[in-house]
Order: sequence, then structure tokens, then C-alpha cells
Amino acid sequence: MSVLQALDLGLAILILAVACTTIATREIFGAVVNYVAYGLLLSIVWIRLYAPDVALTEAAIGCGVTGVMLVTAGAHLRRPVHARDAEPSSLPVRFLAAVLAVLAAAAIAAVVLLLPEPPPSLALEARQSLAATGLGNPITAVLISFRSFDTLLEKVVLLLAVVAVWSVGPDRQWGSAPESLGKPRPDGALIFFEQALVPLGILVGVHIFWVGADEPGGAFQGGAILAAMWMIVMTARQAEPPRIDARWLRLCLVAGPAVFLIAGLAGPGMAGSFFAYPAGFAKPIILFIEAFMLLSIAVTLPMLVAGPPHGNPSE
Amino acid sequence: MSSALDVFSAAAIGAGVFFFFAGTVALLRFPDSLTRLHALTKADNIGLGFVVLGLLPRVDSPLDALRLIAIWFLVQVSGASTAQMIGTALRRKEAAE
Amino acid sequence: MSAATLAGLVGAALVGLGLYGLIVNPQPLRKILAFNLIGSGVFLVFGIVARGGAGAGFPADPVPQAMVITGIVVAFAASAVAVALILRLHEETGRVTLDTAASPKPPPKAEVTR
Repeated sequence: MSVLQALDLGLAILILAVACTTIATREIFGAVVNYVAYGLLLSIVWIRLYAPDVALTEAAIGCGVTGVMLVTAGAHLRRPVHARDAEPSSLPVRFLAAVLAVLAAAAIAAVVLLLPEPPPSLALEARQSLAATGLGNPITAVLISFRSFDTLLEKVVLLLAVVAVWSVGPDRQWGSAPESLGKPRPDGALIFFEQALVPLGILVGVHIFWVGADEPGGAFQGGAILAAMWMIVMTARQAEPPRIDARWLRLCLVAGPAVFLIAGLAGPGMAGSFFAYPAGFAKPIILFIEAFMLLSIAVTLPMLVAGPPHGNPSE
Repeated sequence: MSSALDVFSAAAIGAGVFFFFAGTVALLRFPDSLTRLHALTKADNIGLGFVVLGLLPRVDSPLDALRLIAIWFLVQVSGASTAQMIGTALRRKEAAE
Repeated sequence: MSAATLAGLVGAALVGLGLYGLIVNPQPLRKILAFNLIGSGVFLVFGIVARGGAGAGFPADPVPQAMVITGIVVAFAASAVAVALILRLHEETGRVTLDTAASPKPPPKAEVTR
């Protein structure tokens, strides 16, 4: 067995072990820490699958921002929960769940092992159309140009999620700001961390967005980093979550999907059909759309973590 | 010349792995949260430093070398800050008990 | 066995593990973690299809990769809405489940000041 194969096998065993401990840990903080470790190991697997863009997204959003959100939620839920709520399921339910789990895993394993050889692929079409977009990174081309409608709908889903999270709050508090992300008196070390890291992080985030046109990166990954920087600033209490009826906030949230939609609707006038970009102008238009997507994602993710409005709207 | 650089890379990365291993042993064997925290931060930072040192001869351009060193620097800053915050939280928990 | 097939089998095992955790775990936050585990397992299966579809100079087919990126973002959005619902339920009733038989309603608490 070659070194690389041994590495892959070791990684697979490690991932399954960490996933098992994630499921088995009773305490929520321990389970979330296990999940973040699992997400980081998964990013390495994505690198082994030659998908660096996905590895970046998984590390940033899949385990990073999700981990922050679940840890904050776990802290809120620490008020004593009724004993029956935390009681593990009975033995028959566990047995049936295990049977179902084994069946589902076996079915998917069968699919994996019986995949047609070679699997159907769109790589050739992507290569042929890549030159027309002027981009070097095929993933960015797929996201913003070949499957642009899917990405537009994904941005709208993010916007709907923010509206849903805001709607969960009580009616009488609509319009006020969400609860603060950090403790009332932040640690000196946290403030130092924020002052040292955030300016650099903003630079890194914008760089990853810009470089995503030709190399692994893009608006989602860069946006996640910018979102993390804003969350660090809010956790260190150097800035507070904005009121949800603030006009600048709503403009930033809507800017990404709106610019994307307008670019798509301008397609028939400019290049012949919905979401077509004129030849020769494709790259500037794509980067223009991506810049607004970056802004939207950087503002949407922290708002999703901050939660529903909480306070007095007339203040 | 390149084989000497390869040996240097292997030795440095090996030293880094040894330090990471030592840190993990400390995590499992030390009696107290504070001692584990101390061991982890020191061992992991040195381990990463050795790994970065071992990777430096293999980069394609000086800019990549600067990026690796910047990564090491960022990990040190975030590691130090979080270790400090965890230590404060542990002290607070001890004082409350 | 190639790296891709191994990753696919790991994905299948993760879906099974996540399904077990989703059904068996009593606390809603742990259910959300299990749900994310299922999602990442499915994304791994997408990943091996992408790796298998390598060609035309690309090491992996870009279209499934773009779908996985979309999926990761949407899974996060779904988790965020679920967490908001759980926190609101807990704030209103002090419970984390909707099962009224499992835990009787606690006495109404005063408005929590922050």
C-alpha cells in the first residue's frame, strides 16, 4: 500500500471516529467542538478530491460559521432543560434507527460502488465554454455564468433565511437590534485579537474574492471570511448588531441578489437571452456581480448568526 | 543540492510532527486544564514553525514563502489570544467553585 | 481502492451515522449537528462523482463542485433558521421539544433582563 493510500485510509478512519464522537457526546459544547474538528478533516478530504474551492467553503462556512452559531445557541440553552427533554431514546427506537441507518448507508455505498465507469461528466463542455467567459477558474464560471440562475436562487434563499430568522422574534420587538454577540465586558485578549486580526482578515477576504476569478477562491469564500471578521468585531463589543430596520443593512442584504437579477434581466437586451453576458464584456460583468455578492454574503451570514431582534424598537 | 534540501525538509517536518505528537500526549496525560493549555500552545506553535520551515525550500516563489510565514504568524496570534481567553475562563470557573 | 471510492464510502457511512444521530439524539441542537453530518456525507458522494468526471484538463468536473458549494451555503442557512426556532421555543416555554406530554409547562417566568 503506497504512502498516499495509507494516508487516505487513516484520514477516513479518523473522520468516521470523530463523526461517531460528535453523535455520541452528550454535552452540546463538546459535540460542537467535535463537529468543527470533523469539518476541518473533511476539508483535507476535499483537497484529496482535487476540489480546493469546496475545501475553502467547507472550512469557512460548513464548520467555521456553523460552529460559531451552534456554540452561541448552546450557551443560550444552558438554562436548565426539563429532565425528560434530555432523556435518550428507548432501546427499540435505537434498534430501529440503527437498522434504518445501516440500510441507508448500504444503499449509498452500493451507488458509490456501482457508478458507471467513466461517470457522466460536463468537464468537456465547461472547458469549451471557459474561454468565452475570460475566467481561469471553472468553478467561478459555473457559478456565475453557466449555472447563474442556480446561484441567483441560492442568494435569494439566503435572503429568505434572514427574513425567516427575523420573523421568529416577538412582534413587539420587530425593528430593534438583535442581541449582542459577546459578553458585556470583553476580555482584553479578545480586543487585542480583534485589533490584530480584523484588518488583515479583511484584506485576506477581499483577496480571496478577487483571486477567485482565476484561482481557487471566489465570492462565497471571501464573503465568509469578511463575515467572520465582522462577527469578531461584534463579539469583542467594538460594534453592536445593527437594528434590523436600518436602511443600510437592508440595502446591503438585497444588493447581491438584486444586482445579479438585474444583470440577468439585462441579458435579453445585451446578448440575446436571459442571463447571457455580451462576449468580450463577460469578465467585468461577472466580477461586478461577484463584488455585490461578496457584500451581501458578508452582511447576511452574521445576521443569520445574530438571530431575531431583541429589545425595544422605540429606543 | 536538491537532495540535501529534501533531507532538510524531511527533518524539519519530522521535528514538527514530533512536537505536535508531544503536545497531544500532554493533552491526554497532564492532570489539569491549565497545564494542558500551556503545553498545547507552546508545542503546537513550535511544531507548526518547524513544518513551515520544512516547507520553505519547496515553494515556487518567494511570495509563497512569505504566505507560509504569514500563516504561521496568524496561527500564533490567534492561538495566543484564545489560550489567554480559555485561561481566564478557567480561572473564573475555579474562583466560582 | 482509489481515494475517490474511499471518500464515497466514507460519505455513505456518514449519512448512516447522521441518520442514526438525527433519530436517536433527544436534544434539538444535536439533531441539527446530525443533519449537517448527513448533508456533508451527501456532498462527499457529489465530490467523488466530480473526481470521476475528470477530463479536458480539469482534475475534477467543475459542475458538481459548484453544486456542493451551493449546498454548503444552503445547509448553513437551514441550520440558522432551525436554531432560531429552537431558541424562540425555549425562550417562550422553557422547553426544547413540542411534546407537551413529555414535560409539563413550567410556571411563567419574569421577562429576562439583560
